[in-house]
Amino acid sequence: MFNAAFYQGMEAVVISTAALLLTLVGFGIFVTIFGVDPFDVYYILYLGGFGTQISIENTLTQAAPLMLTALCTAIPARAGLLVIGGEGALVVGGIATVLVGVHLSGLPPALGIVVMGLAGALAGGLWIGAAGALRQYRGVNETISTLLMNYIAIAILYHLVSGPIRDFDQVLKASSWSISETFMVGTVPGLDVHWGLAVGVVTCLVLFVVMRHTTFGFAVDILGGNQRTAQMAGLPINRMVILCCCIGGAGAGLAGTMEVIAVHGFASDSLVVGFGYAGILIAFLARQNPLAIILVAILLGGISASGGLMQRRFDLPDATTAVLQGMLFVMVLASNSLYGRLRFLQAREA
Amino acid sequence: MSINDSITRRRVLRHGGNIVAAGALFSMLPTMASAAKPITVGFIYVGPRQDFGWNQSHWDAAKLIAKMDNVKVVEQENVPETAEVEKVMQSMIELDGAEVIMATSFGYWKSILKMADKYPNVLFTHIGAIWKEGNPKNVIGYRGYMEEPHYLCGIAAGRMSKTGKIGFIGSKPLYFIFNNCNGYILGARSVNPNITCNVVITGDWNNPVKEAETTNSLIDQGCDVIIANVDSSKVAIETAERRGIYSCGYHSDCSSLAPKGFLTGAEWNWASAADFVEAWRTGGSYPNLLRGGFKRDMVKISPFGQAVPQNVRDEILMAKKGFIDDSLILYKGPLKDNEGNVILTEGQVIDNEDTKFKVGVRFFVEGAVGSTGLK
Repeated sequence: MFNAAFYQGMEAVVISTAALLLTLVGFGIFVTIFGVDPFDVYYILYLGGFGTQISIENTLTQAAPLMLTALCTAIPARAGLLVIGGEGALVVGGIATVLVGVHLSGLPPALGIVVMGLAGALAGGLWIGAAGALRQYRGVNETISTLLMNYIAIAILYHLVSGPIRDFDQVLKASSWSISETFMVGTVPGLDVHWGLAVGVVTCLVLFVVMRHTTFGFAVDILGGNQRTAQMAGLPINRMVILCCCIGGAGAGLAGTMEVIAVHGFASDSLVVGFGYAGILIAFLARQNPLAIILVAILLGGISASGGLMQRRFDLPDATTAVLQGMLFVMVLASNSLYGRLRFLQAREA
Repeated sequence: MSINDSITRRRVLRHGGNIVAAGALFSMLPTMASAAKPITVGFIYVGPRQDFGWNQSHWDAAKLIAKMDNVKVVEQENVPETAEVEKVMQSMIELDGAEVIMATSFGYWKSILKMADKYPNVLFTHIGAIWKEGNPKNVIGYRGYMEEPHYLCGIAAGRMSKTGKIGFIGSKPLYFIFNNCNGYILGARSVNPNITCNVVITGDWNNPVKEAETTNSLIDQGCDVIIANVDSSKVAIETAERRGIYSCGYHSDCSSLAPKGFLTGAEWNWASAADFVEAWRTGGSYPNLLRGGFKRDMVKISPFGQAVPQNVRDEILMAKKGFIDDSLILYKGPLKDNEGNVILTEGQVIDNEDTKFKVGVRFFVEGAVGSTGLK
């Protein structure tokens, strides 16, 4: 007989696939209303997202930052918190990277990059960790606080780049000083995608192992499942909650670092493009599982990559992509209610 | 049918007759192999293209360029200034066969440089006009002097204001926003030397709530003409219309938003890029860097609103002519900033095409009530 883990895995695969297919059917009906042949749309979705080398690189480039920001919601969620501060953590991560980066010009590039990565992760970790601490010690709702902290982070960024750390040589856009060109990381070998992808995948994999195969991960699952039980088991709840927040925030902070050292070279309002909010969506679609985050991020990356081609080929508005993403979100959330209810997917009682 | 045709023609002629004419001329030439080669132009917008603002000004250009012979336009909106835009460019080039990429946001610059090296057979245009020697030759930077149409808006504001107080809403503390504001004030003071202008910098390109609040507060302070230098001045103009004051537009034609109070607006004429497309298609020459105002047909003003009487319209059109024949100079002495510092002494003149001076502008001229926020 198969074991319970197999059935759990099967259940997730079957339900997710069904939700995806239903979404595609619904979206097909939607575009038909606008006079576009749904099968053309499916083909373009495939072509633009996964059909050619360029498309795949496009998809992966879009997915890279989302993997990291999704962790900001996913890891605290495993401990039972709803954190939506990825946007802010990414921004403070980016700011910290620049602040540290501009002072490192003497260091060898490899070392400088590591230091900047640590700075970004630390800043993001402390940012969300503070929200966790506020919750544990002061009873401040973490959802509200992290949401509001997003605005604070963005305001700090705007303040810094329009004055204190502004590079006045960049006349068209309020931007910070740039980090040294030698600290910029290029693309992953063999693929025209920046290193943020590798960082995202590795971070997700590491956290998957940590959350799945360590006592810490197991303890967090107990805490997330039932706080009373965790209390009775004598788990250090405060410390665990704050640590989870720190880990999640560090993920988003790292996303900020990668935006700076792989894309822009400086901090500006280009850091505030919604990666943090998209990460929330991905964390939920992935059911807070770091391994699934990689796949879901790639799926959503593919949707937005092909969304561009869809606009160009059918002259559909960009919001069409948002409709598809919205449908997918609703379908997946609705399908969550099916877990444990489909008899043929349940492990037989021993 | 023919009525429809003539309407389209008229609209086309009004907005950029020369481009269409150029296109038509080329089509009339005996068809050389190169002239008949169709070309795909990809437009990339940072926001929604129907925004009554920045993106729409480029969309207007895209529509005109799409009317050129042998030109096909593909468009993508809401492309953020991240690594994504590079992929969008690549996708346009490799999947749609685009040979010209018009990337219409400042923050695309780094990506343009990267892609231009990678695709030497594709022409890239950027709207910042920051190309310099050493940058790829297949990149064009071009940009209009928007302070000139702002000067004309200022004349309208100066003539129409009853309170002697007008308002300027700026987005970011950047040189061209300062120039626009200065143009607006200098225009207003050219017809009413006592007028003052309350200036507010919101700090955001796109923050409708703040824009509405700012507009309301300017009106409460007694301003009765406003102009908003934000991504889309829709909210500010609609708020002004509701409160019964006058407004001027920015970026693209906003006249339909305020049938009663709209005066005129400062608009880009990005369709001047049609020349680049034609040059690239036929192997002709093109500049890598181009700035200009009315003289080079790179800016324009919106159609006058019904509130503007004929004599004011004539005055504005005269001033426009002045920019074209250089009889009207924007920055000339004596000129003080609004903190009393002398910027230009009597007799000092800054050429209307003196980009270096304009890029260095970090002050508001006398008459502005407010500060740049820069130290």
